[in-house]
Amino acid sequence: MLLYRVFEIQSHSFSGEAIVMLEPKSFAGGLHPPEMKLTADRAIQNLPLPDRVVLHVSQHIGAPAKPTHKITDKVSCGEVIAEAGGYVSAPIHATVSGSVIAVGNFMHPFGVPSPAIVIERDKSAEEPVYTHENGLDLSAEEIKRRIQASGMVGLGGATFPTHVKLSPPDTKPIDTVILNGVECEPALTADHRLMLEESDKVINGLQLLMKALNAKQGIIGIEMNKPDAIKIFEDKFKNSPNMSVQPLTVKYPQGGEKQLIYACLGRETPSGGLPMDIGVVVQNVASAAAIADAVNLRRPLLERIVTLSGNCAVNPGNYRVRIGTTVADFIQMTGGLKQDVPLKKVIMGGPMMGFALFDLNIPIIKGTSGLLCWDSEEAAQPRETACLRCGNCIRACPMGLMPQKMKQLIDHRKWDKVDEIGMLDCIECGCCAYACPSSLPLVQSFKLGKKNVMAERKKATASKG
Amino acid sequence: MNTTTAAITPASPRLLVTSSPHVFSGLTAARVMWDVNLALVPALAMAFYNFGSRAALVILASVLGAVIAEFLIQKFLMNKPVCIYDGSAVVTGILLAFCVPAALPVWIAFIGGFIAIALGKQVYGGLGQNIFNPAHVARALLLGSWPVYMTTWLKPGTGADAITCATPLGFIKIAGTDADVMKKLAESGTSLVNHTLSTLQISFSDLFWGINFGGSLGETSKAALLLGGIYLLIRGHITWHGPLAMCTTVFGGALIFGGSLEYAMFHLLTGGLIIGAVFMITDMVTSPMTGKGQLIFGFGCGALTLLIRMKGGYPEGVCYSILIMNSLVPLIDKYTAPRKFGTIAKKEATA
Repeated sequence: MLLYRVFEIQSHSFSGEAIVMLEPKSFAGGLHPPEMKLTADRAIQNLPLPDRVVLHVSQHIGAPAKPTHKITDKVSCGEVIAEAGGYVSAPIHATVSGSVIAVGNFMHPFGVPSPAIVIERDKSAEEPVYTHENGLDLSAEEIKRRIQASGMVGLGGATFPTHVKLSPPDTKPIDTVILNGVECEPALTADHRLMLEESDKVINGLQLLMKALNAKQGIIGIEMNKPDAIKIFEDKFKNSPNMSVQPLTVKYPQGGEKQLIYACLGRETPSGGLPMDIGVVVQNVASAAAIADAVNLRRPLLERIVTLSGNCAVNPGNYRVRIGTTVADFIQMTGGLKQDVPLKKVIMGGPMMGFALFDLNIPIIKGTSGLLCWDSEEAAQPRETACLRCGNCIRACPMGLMPQKMKQLIDHRKWDKVDEIGMLDCIECGCCAYACPSSLPLVQSFKLGKKNVMAERKKATASKG
Repeated sequence: MNTTTAAITPASPRLLVTSSPHVFSGLTAARVMWDVNLALVPALAMAFYNFGSRAALVILASVLGAVIAEFLIQKFLMNKPVCIYDGSAVVTGILLAFCVPAALPVWIAFIGGFIAIALGKQVYGGLGQNIFNPAHVARALLLGSWPVYMTTWLKPGTGADAITCATPLGFIKIAGTDADVMKKLAESGTSLVNHTLSTLQISFSDLFWGINFGGSLGETSKAALLLGGIYLLIRGHITWHGPLAMCTTVFGGALIFGGSLEYAMFHLLTGGLIIGAVFMITDMVTSPMTGKGQLIFGFGCGALTLLIRMKGGYPEGVCYSILIMNSLVPLIDKYTAPRKFGTIAKKEATA
């Protein structure tokens, strides 16, 4: 390993100062798609308030929130407009002050009409002012309560309600909080910029999480392609023995929760289990920063950072934008689309796991990490051909699954068999489909497979009970 | 809930909507197949060098037979898009030609190519569906149908004179089963391998480079085949598991049961072992999908090859050993599935 370290010192002495880094860690499987991170040097810009926001009641995993307001109601920024619909749910807050102009079904980024509340901004209204408290003085219970009240969900894209992750049963003590600063998706740079520009807030969020969970160590996992971010945290953690930064091999999906835990700690999240089963809670760095605001300021989750990229965007960059801003408004506020480059595909999220949109009047939700405006060249889709049984998908799968076999079983609608060989372990990372020389629609097939396997399981338990 | 569209601005441009992922490696089946064709070029050159225009004719006939079969079946029988440009039928045609003698009548080579695709591949449903290596299916059928043509070997470089000769494996098989020869060898203290090499007037380096001795069109030059193999390895189309397992099994087995290093070297460098190990058992369609499976597959192919060579009725066993092991691939795949992430941790948790 000595040789490797010497190499590291040389390759990362970019700031005129030699850094000795820890040996990067990783996981089995995965691959390295082109990084496409063109906006890594673009500082975060705050966008103006949108004239109108569309706030879906389903912006998280779990039960939809229940709207509390009706048309013509006046709401102020930060006010709850939909209450959590259960324990695994999160409240929705008004992200601008104004009046409710519609409550009804609007297109959701996932491609289905879904209930939403539309607020037209009152341009004369003033922005709320928040007073700062030191959250670290608060009790663990109060920290959790404030996080729950803020509507926090995982901002990396999975949007799991944060307070659920922070409330493990007593039988599952948490010893480690891992912050996910990997950002392994190509093209996305929002987390990278956040780590560079607001590292103190991220660290504060980590401390709050550790306090809330009574965890003894905190780790920030960052890929080696962001040496500047690694350096910042290494410097800041010099005098904090309970917090550290873990450099990670540049490999997708290094930022997958299970892959990240394995790389940092060598622990495998059991199949069908949760990180809390092995004493770990993972949060995205953007979530940590938002948690700091939620606890210290009692500020609800109103905005997030979104990377805008792709050939069609006039001003690619990293933008802080109110949740509920429509994609069309967002693009307009950043400078619009190029007139001479026809728009072919718009992806919400990253190129590997993002959702293709079929309409620009879809709002940015809590889990929107990026927006890619692609021309026809970027959106080129290879033609599907017959499977060669080459095994590329098996070698690429970070979960040790057999994608080729799973697709075959799904094609034959053998739900019980595909369940047996691990359908629900699939994390839909897309490595198999990326690597497939026959361009089989593997992930599409697995989304269908998972849905049916879950339905079959439900049926089975219903008939038993 | 009523649907309100008041807040919605006019419709967006028509957008392409697909499931994730939205980026791809750019690797296509056609690219893989043409890369395999490219990897066969060094051996092709050696075939021309050794056998001249005979080689060109046989290879052309075989490839033509394969491509025509692919076209006719896809177009008229299956009503599927015609995929002759993906290069897979060309690969099959060349590989078959590489496994037959240069003296083979052109019409038999054509029939071979046609059979390889028709009965070796399309009958199962086309690309990716066949159980057995198509080129070897055809070779086995040709050997059964025209055994004399299929075992008449040309001496390289004899061109139009077409002088026939024995292959090293054929020679050693006959000599090894001839009691008189064995007795003489035992008296003079010469090894069987040395006797074979000196009678055929060749050396181990000739066997490696593929010159001066008879054999199938493309199998003689181990150097050229290995060059192609290295290219495929670098391109990531094959892995080392199968070839290494097959070659070490033959080499190790010959060393143990033959008792001498030269005997092991002889088996490593003769017949179709290298072409089989590099190009036949690495055929994606008919080999196991995981590294572990390919190790088992390669071991099986090697062991059966040696068994046939040493104890069987044929001088060479690569073709049949691979066909036999092909039939075991689904079973091997079943028992070599990768470990699912998180499955050991679960056992510990419940224990």
